[in-house]
Amino acid sequence: MATDTKFEPKYNEPILTGDQSHGIMTDRIGSIVMSQDKHPNIWWAFIAFGVTFTPVLIFSIAYLVYKGIGIWGNNQPVAWACDIINFVWWIGIGHAGTLISAILLLFRQQWRNSINRFAEAMTIFAVMCAGLYPLLHTGRPWVDYWIMPYPNILGMWPQFRSPLVWDVFAISTYFTVSLLFWYIGLVPDFATLRDHSKSKVAKKIYGVVAMGWRGSARHWHRYEAAYLILAGLSTPLVLSVHSIVSLDFAVSILPGWNVTVFPPYFVAGAVFAGFAMVLLFMIPIRKWYNLEDYVTIRHIDWMAKIMLTTGLIVFYGYILEMFYCWYSGNIYEIYLCINRLSGPYAPAYFALIFCNGIAPQILWSPKMRRNLPVVFTVCIIVSIGMWLERFVIIPVSLHRDFLPSSWGMYYPTFWDYAMFLGTMGFFTLMMFLFVRFLPMLNLFEMKDLLYKLNADPSKGAGHNMVTSEKEGGK
Amino acid sequence: MEVKKGPHLYGLIAEFKDEHEVVEAAKKITAEGYTKVDAYSPFPMHSIDSALKIWDPRIKWFIFFGGLCGCVFGFGLQCYISAVEYPLNIGGRPMISWPQFIPVTFECTILGAALTAVIGMMALNGLPQLYHPVFNVPGFERATKDGFFLYIEAKDPKFQLEKTKKFLEECKAAAVNVVEDERDDH
Repeated sequence: MATDTKFEPKYNEPILTGDQSHGIMTDRIGSIVMSQDKHPNIWWAFIAFGVTFTPVLIFSIAYLVYKGIGIWGNNQPVAWACDIINFVWWIGIGHAGTLISAILLLFRQQWRNSINRFAEAMTIFAVMCAGLYPLLHTGRPWVDYWIMPYPNILGMWPQFRSPLVWDVFAISTYFTVSLLFWYIGLVPDFATLRDHSKSKVAKKIYGVVAMGWRGSARHWHRYEAAYLILAGLSTPLVLSVHSIVSLDFAVSILPGWNVTVFPPYFVAGAVFAGFAMVLLFMIPIRKWYNLEDYVTIRHIDWMAKIMLTTGLIVFYGYILEMFYCWYSGNIYEIYLCINRLSGPYAPAYFALIFCNGIAPQILWSPKMRRNLPVVFTVCIIVSIGMWLERFVIIPVSLHRDFLPSSWGMYYPTFWDYAMFLGTMGFFTLMMFLFVRFLPMLNLFEMKDLLYKLNADPSKGAGHNMVTSEKEGGK
Repeated sequence: MEVKKGPHLYGLIAEFKDEHEVVEAAKKITAEGYTKVDAYSPFPMHSIDSALKIWDPRIKWFIFFGGLCGCVFGFGLQCYISAVEYPLNIGGRPMISWPQFIPVTFECTILGAALTAVIGMMALNGLPQLYHPVFNVPGFERATKDGFFLYIEAKDPKFQLEKTKKFLEECKAAAVNVVEDERDDH
C-alpha cells in the first residue's frame, strides 16, 4: 500500500476564528472598554472579593509597621518563612508575562499576540505584591531607602557582594522595565480608545495617556525597533531576576539551598507557575467576555504544553536535589532529604510531588489539554504546588540545620495568612479593574496578526485561519 | 508685528480602502518624486516603510549607548563604593571583586538601555504631542481602527495643491482632504 499520505495532525485548530477584519476586531475588543454596559455581573463578584481583601492587606501592613515583624510566625531558627515564600511565589507568577511578551516575540510566536497584554498586566501587579514582602521583612520599612547607594551622614554603603542587594537592583529594574514595556505596548491602543470612545471624559483621559499617537509610519518604524529591543532586553532580564532570587538561597551554605541547580530550576518554576496563573484567569475571562475567537483552544493547548515542559524541568530539579543529597556524601545534606521525606513537614513534600510532579502529567494527552475544566483544575493544583515548593525549600531547610539543639518548628500566624489573602485581594482587584478599563487584548498586534495571516496564510504553520471572503481573498 | 489669522495649509491627506492600495499608492508617490510624505495605519507595516524609504537606525545606537552608560555607571559605582568610599578588608580579599559586581552591573545596563529605548523613541517621534493638524481631518479617527492614510506635506518642493490633489485621486484614493488648522500664522 502506498504510504505517501502526509502527516495530518488530529488537532489543528486555528489561532484566530470567526469573521474578522480590522474594524470588527477594534469593535469587539475595544467595546469591552468603550461600552461599559457589556460587563457581566460576575465582574462585581471579583471586585467585591478585591475590595474586601485589599483593606485586609492595608490593615496587616499597618499593624506590622506598628507592632513589628514579631506578629509573623518566623523566628529563629526559621527566620525566613511566609514572607519570603510569598515573595518568591508572586515574583514567579509575574515571569510568565515577560516570557509571553518578550521571549515568544523574539521567537516569532504569533499566537502570543492575543495573550501578551493580559500576561503583562499580571506581571506588573504580581511584582507589586511580591515587592511588598522583602520591604516589610526588613523590619523597619521606613528606612528601606538605606538599601540604595546614596551618600549619607552615616557613612554607610550597601554591600554589593550580597545577593540581597542584587535582589533590590534586579526587582526594581524588572518592575521598571515591565512597566515601560506594558505602557509602550498600550500607547497605540490608547489612541484607538481616544478616537472611538463615546464618553468625553474617556476621550480626554485616553487622549492624554496616548500622548498624541497617530499611527504615523515614521513613528511605527521607531516604535517597532524600540519595542523589539525592549523585548530583547527583557529576555535576559527575566532570566536574571529569578536567577538572582535563587542566589539569595544558593549562595548560602545551608543544606538544601547550596546547590548550583537553583537558578535554572527557579526560572522554570517561575514560568510554570506564571502560565498556570495566566490560564486560571484566561479560561473564565475569555468565556465571560466572548473572546473565544481570539484566545482559542489552540492557545490553551500551547500554554498547557509550556506548563507541561516547565513542569518536567521543575520535577527534574526535585530529582536532582535528592540525587545531590546522596551524592554529596555530606551528613547534613543527607539528613535534609530524610527530613523532607519523613520529618514533620513530610506531607508538604509529598503534596508538592503530587501537585508539580504528577498532576501536570495529564497534560500529555491532547484531549485533556483541550478540556477546559481539566486544564483549570491542573492550574489550581500547580499554583498550590508552587507555593508548597517554596515552603519545602525555605522553612523545611531552615527548621533543622546543623545543630540539633537549635532545631525548631515553624507555624504561620493569623497575620501571615491575612497578608497573603490581602495580596490576593489586591491582585484580583487590579486585574479586574484592568479588564474593565484597559484593552485586555493588544489591539494593534491583533490587527498585525490578521494582516500577516492574510498576507501569507501558510506562514503560520497550521494556523488555518478562517476569514471572511472580503478580507482574505484579495 | 502683523499677525495674519486664518487657516494654515499643512498638506493633503488621502484615505485608501485597504492595506494593499495604500502600499501601491505609496510606491507611486515615491516614484513621482515626493519626499515629505508620511503614512498613517492602525498597525506597523513594513511594506509602507520600504515604499516610502523610511529608515532611521538612530534609535538602535541610542539604546546601545544608553546601555553602555548604565553598564559603566553600575560597575563604576560599585568599584568606587567598595574600594574608595567604604573599603572593607576581609582577610585581604580584593577590594574590586568584579565577579560579584556583575549582577548589579547587568541590571544597570538593562535599565539604562530600556529607559533610553522608551525616552529615545518618544523624543525621536516628537511625542508627547497631543495636537497635530491631521487630527482635524474628518474621518482621521479611522487611522487607529481600520483606515490607511497617506499625507503629503505642503513643505514638499513638488507640492502644488491642485496638481497633488489630482495625483492622489489618480492613485485610487477613496477620499482626499486638506490638512489645515486655525492657527495664528506669522
